[in-house]
Amino acid sequence: MIEDIELAKNIIARRIAREFKNNQLVNLGIGLPTLVANHIPTGINVILQSENGMIGMGPAPEPGKENPELTNAGGALVSILPYGSYFDSAMSFALIRGKHVEYTVLGALEVDQEGSLASWIIPGKKIPGMGGAMDLVVGAKNVIVSTLHTERGKPKILKKCRLPLTARHVVNMIVTELGVFRVTPGGLALFEINSNTTVDEIRANTEAEFIVSENLKTMET
Amino acid sequence: MFDKIISRDDFAAMLKDEMSIMVGGFLGCGTPETLIDIIIASGVKNLTIIVNDTSFVDRGVGRLVAAKQVARVITSHIGTNPETGKQMVEGTLAVELVPQGTLAERIRAAGAGLGGVLTPTGVGTIVEEGKQKLTIYGHEYLVELPLRADLAVINGSTVDKAGNVVYNATTRNFNPLMAMAASTVVVEAEKLVEIGTIMPELVMTPAPLVTHIFKSEKR
Repeated sequence: MIEDIELAKNIIARRIAREFKNNQLVNLGIGLPTLVANHIPTGINVILQSENGMIGMGPAPEPGKENPELTNAGGALVSILPYGSYFDSAMSFALIRGKHVEYTVLGALEVDQEGSLASWIIPGKKIPGMGGAMDLVVGAKNVIVSTLHTERGKPKILKKCRLPLTARHVVNMIVTELGVFRVTPGGLALFEINSNTTVDEIRANTEAEFIVSENLKTMET
Repeated sequence: MFDKIISRDDFAAMLKDEMSIMVGGFLGCGTPETLIDIIIASGVKNLTIIVNDTSFVDRGVGRLVAAKQVARVITSHIGTNPETGKQMVEGTLAVELVPQGTLAERIRAAGAGLGGVLTPTGVGTIVEEGKQKLTIYGHEYLVELPLRADLAVINGSTVDKAGNVVYNATTRNFNPLMAMAASTVVVEAEKLVEIGTIMPELVMTPAPLVTHIFKSEKR
């Protein structure tokens, strides 16, 4: 297992960043998914959408160049790249639901072997609301869940989500610090493994049933 | 010619207990802070508000929630304002959570004269409870109904004296949608300019949609 949580998060972000092709439109969620932007390989241009109404989102502004009218979906001050554009929330979600966004990357409270995701409510405990997550996972062409493999020792990848769902049967890929899974017609499958772990260790920390791909590769970390 | 510019008192006189108000803004970005000041000062109670999110305790519509003037909120996210969650748990504030894209489309549908929208968002989740489902070309959709309000308060970056509005950067968000879905629409103009200053090609909300203009007193 990887004990250093910051390291683990960056392993996940780096691996996800390698998934994109040049000029694809991508939406990164708040938290761990935001880290993905720091790891986009040189030579690959990824166009970031922010669902509050922008395409071409750039990094945090340099000191003195902050614009309070220019924020991302988490309310943080950002910048816009020269090819960018702004629009209203209906247009933003038309882009999302209309399959114009290639990838959405988001976190999970729970994700399961059927590709269902729970990420917006812990009844009686924490009710932040779904924001744009339900639309993103239903609408984006590819849904990547980025999550630490366990939380306080408990598996995050389950047989079936127990919390209320964000959406059912929508997740294509799950990336943790231990490996890369894909939801396939034959079930959840492990395609890549971190060289610092073993399939047995992954099984011990995963509630879901999964098959190991015949082409199991070492995860680039 | 258009006579749309109003004072604080004019706006306060439009406010009533139990009215429904749409408030533009996304986590406080692009929200009419001065109009919210006036709503708070008026002391009107039991409001229904329709907002993307309940912002922060000290910002935008979050201040209205903190002032305990809201009985019901229809929104996509309350996680940044602990006061919303607290009042919900105490039972003094009813919260209807709506997926963000569905909220946008419900408001747009009302403003566009549609009887609702069909969306795949929420199928198979608790969002579908109590809603009609239709299958179109083999795919399931929820029937989501239009959402109107008595009043919309929106924020315009540049507004001319006819009521044409331009929104800067990400301040646009829900503002132009709400400008079409309420009986009365008041725009808080950060910058108020003469008619003819804004190029017609750049107008984002056409003047006839705006009932009244209020010159912002934002710090």
